[in-house]
Amino acid sequence: MTAVLTRPDRERVHQPRSRPPRHRLSALDNKVSPYLFVAPFFVLFGAVGLFPLLYTAYVSLFDWELGADETTFVGLDNYRTLFTDSQFWNALFNTFSIFLLSSVPQVIVAVVLAALLSANLRARTAWRMGVLLPYVASLVALTIIFGNLFGPQFGLVNSVLTTLGIPPVDWQANTFGSHVAIASMVNWRWTGYNALIVLAAMLAIPREVHEAATVDGAGALRRFFSITLPMLKPTLIFVIVTSTIGGLQIFTEPKLYDPAGGSGGGAEHQYQTVVLYMYQSAFQQLDLGYASSIAWTLFLIVIAVAGLNFWLTRRAVR
Amino acid sequence: MRHRSWVSVLLLLTAATACSSGGATSQDGKTELTIATFNEFGYEELLKEYEAAHPDVKLTQRKTGQGAPHHQNLFTKLGAGSGLADIEAVEEGYLSQVMDKAGQFNDLAEIGPKIEDGRWLKWKTDAATKDGKQIGYGTDIGPLAMCYRKDLFEKAGLPSDPQAVKALFATWDSYFAAGDQFIAKSGGVAWFDSASQVFNAMHNQHELGYFDKSDKLVVDSNPAIKADWTAVTNAVAKGQSAKLVAWSNEWNSGFKAGAFATKTCPSWMLGVIEAQAGPENKGKWAVTDAFPNGGGNWGGSYLTVPKQSKNAKKAAEVAAWLTAPEQQIKAFKAKGTFPSQVKALDDPALLEQVNAYFGDVKAGALFAAQAKKVGAAQYKGPKDGQVQENVFSPALQSVEQGKSADEGWKTAVAEAQKVAK
Repeated sequence: MTAVLTRPDRERVHQPRSRPPRHRLSALDNKVSPYLFVAPFFVLFGAVGLFPLLYTAYVSLFDWELGADETTFVGLDNYRTLFTDSQFWNALFNTFSIFLLSSVPQVIVAVVLAALLSANLRARTAWRMGVLLPYVASLVALTIIFGNLFGPQFGLVNSVLTTLGIPPVDWQANTFGSHVAIASMVNWRWTGYNALIVLAAMLAIPREVHEAATVDGAGALRRFFSITLPMLKPTLIFVIVTSTIGGLQIFTEPKLYDPAGGSGGGAEHQYQTVVLYMYQSAFQQLDLGYASSIAWTLFLIVIAVAGLNFWLTRRAVR
Repeated sequence: MRHRSWVSVLLLLTAATACSSGGATSQDGKTELTIATFNEFGYEELLKEYEAAHPDVKLTQRKTGQGAPHHQNLFTKLGAGSGLADIEAVEEGYLSQVMDKAGQFNDLAEIGPKIEDGRWLKWKTDAATKDGKQIGYGTDIGPLAMCYRKDLFEKAGLPSDPQAVKALFATWDSYFAAGDQFIAKSGGVAWFDSASQVFNAMHNQHELGYFDKSDKLVVDSNPAIKADWTAVTNAVAKGQSAKLVAWSNEWNSGFKAGAFATKTCPSWMLGVIEAQAGPENKGKWAVTDAFPNGGGNWGGSYLTVPKQSKNAKKAAEVAAWLTAPEQQIKAFKAKGTFPSQVKALDDPALLEQVNAYFGDVKAGALFAAQAKKVGAAQYKGPKDGQVQENVFSPALQSVEQGKSADEGWKTAVAEAQKVAK
C-alpha cells in the first residue's frame, strides 16, 4: 500500500517551487493524510497496549507501594526476590499443571468432536451450535457452579463418588484434585469453541484428496491421520497458541474457586496461579513493583512457551 | 523522584476531566457532598432528613453491595490522590490499613463540630484514634455472644437452657472442654464451624495482637498467639471443627445441615444464621449473653473524611450528625445496624427488640450487655488485617486439611514476616 501512495508524492516534490499555495496544501494532504488514516490504530495501541507494557517494566524497577508517599528505585531487586520466591515457583508449577490438564485433552477432544460434527448428521447446525453453548455461559456463574459441584463436604461430585464406593476427594486441599477441578471448568468452556474452529478448517479440505485416497483403498482412520490432520496444521497451530496464552494467564477460575474469597489460591496455595499471585501482590499486599515484575516475567514465559508450541506443532504435524 | 511527575501529569489530566462534573458547589449554590457506604447503613431516610434541615446542602449516597470492593476502591483512589467521596465508610477489619495512612484523612477532633464527651463506647473511639488524632466517627458495632443449637445440645446431654449454658461458655478452656463432651455423643456433628472463626475471636481479646506498639511484628514472640494456636489446633485434632470456610457455599450448607453446634456470634450474625439455616431450623438456634473470657467485637464501621474532600468541614458536620445516638437508633430501626453510642445502647427501641427466630429472645438488650463487656481496644499494626485474613486463616485451614499444627505454625510465622515486610 505504501508503495502505491508514495510514488506520486515524490514526483510532485521534484516539480518547480513556484506553485500556488493550494498546490502546497494538497501536497501536504498527500503526505500527511495516510498517516492520519492509520493513526487511530497506533494511538489506541500505544495508549492501551504499548504504554502499559513499558510502564509496567518501569514500575517493576521500584519498591512501589500502592498509595505510599514515595517510591524508591531498587533496580532488579524485585526480579532477584522473585526468582528465590518459593511461592512464585509453586504458582508457576500450578499454572503449567492446570494448563496441561486443560489444553491437552481440550485440543484432542476438539479435533475428535470436529470429526464427528463434519459427518453427515441429522440436524447438523443444531449440533454444531450446541457445542458452543458452554462458551456463551457467563464465566463467573460457571465457576461458582463448578465450585459447588467440587465442594469437599456437600459437593455433588463427592456424593456421586461415595455412592460408587470411591472415597471422596478433598477438592480444595488436594493439589492434583484442585487442578483437575479447575481444568474441568476450562475444558467445559473452551472445547466446543475450539471444535468449531477446527471444524471450519476441516470442511475446507478439498473432497478430491479424500476421494483419491478412498480410491487408493485408504480407510477412514488412515485418511484422518494422513490427510485431515496434516491439512489442519495451520488451524491447530492457531488453536494451540491461543490456548497456551489463555492457559498461562488463567485467573478467574482459581480466584473464584477459593471458598474464602481470597487471592491465595487455597490454604497452602494449592491452586494459586501466576496471575493470581500477581493480583495478590498488587491488590492485597499493595506491592505494585513486585507485581509488575511478576507480570513481565509471565509475559516472557508466555512468549517463550507459545513460540515453543508453534515450533513443535509445525514439526510434529507434517 | 522523576516518575512522580508522570503520575501527577496523569492525575492532572483525569482531574481536569473529572472536575467539570465533580465540583464542590452546584449551580444553585448548594454544597454537594457525597457519602460512600457498603452493605446497608440505614442512612437513606436520615440523609433526606438532613437535607430538609440544611437547605444549603445536597447529599448523594454511593452504595457498594459488599465491603471488599468498597475498600479496594477506597485504597486505590487514596493511592491515586482523587476520586473519593467526601465521607467514606471504613469497616473495622480494614481500619488498621486506614490508620496506617492516617495522614491522608482529616483529624475529626480538629475540623469537626464539638461533640459531647463519651458519645461512643471508649474502645470504639480508641481504635480509630492515632497520636491524638481522631480519624473516624463510630457508626455501628458487632458485640459478640454465643449462638448454639439447643436441640443438638440436648441430644448430646448438655444443658440447653440459655442460663444453664453460660457455664460452658465461661472461658475458652470450658468451651473446648464442653466441645470434647459434645462430640463424644454427637454422632459426627462438630462443635464449631471453622478454626479461624474461633481463633480470631480469641485473638481479638488480647491487649497486644500481631504487632507491638512500635508496629513490629511479634507473631513469634507474643505467647498469647501461640497459646491460642495450640488450643484451637488441639480442638481441630480432636474433631471439634466442621472445617467449613466462613462465607463459602459449603459453610452455608453447613448451617442448613446442622453440621456444627456453636457459632461465635456478633449481633449481625443472627440475620446470617436465620437466612442460611432457613425456616426449617426455626427454634433450634438460641443465643446467650455469654462469651468465653469476657466480651469481644467483630465488625462495625466508622465514617471518615479523607483529605481529598473539598468541603471537609461540612462533611465532618454531616458525619457527626449521622453518628449521633438519635440518628444511629433510627438506622438501627431501619436496617438493624447495632449502635456504638453509649446513649443509644439504653434506648427503649433497642432494649425491647425481640428476635423471633431465636426463640423470642430480647436480642437488643442481650447484645447491649455484651457490648459493655468488651475490654480495651487491641492495638492494630498497619498490616493487621492482612496477617489475619491472608496468613492465619489459611494456615488454620491447612491444619484442618491435615497439615500438622507445628508445621502450620511455622508457615504462618514465615508468611506473616513476608506480609509485614
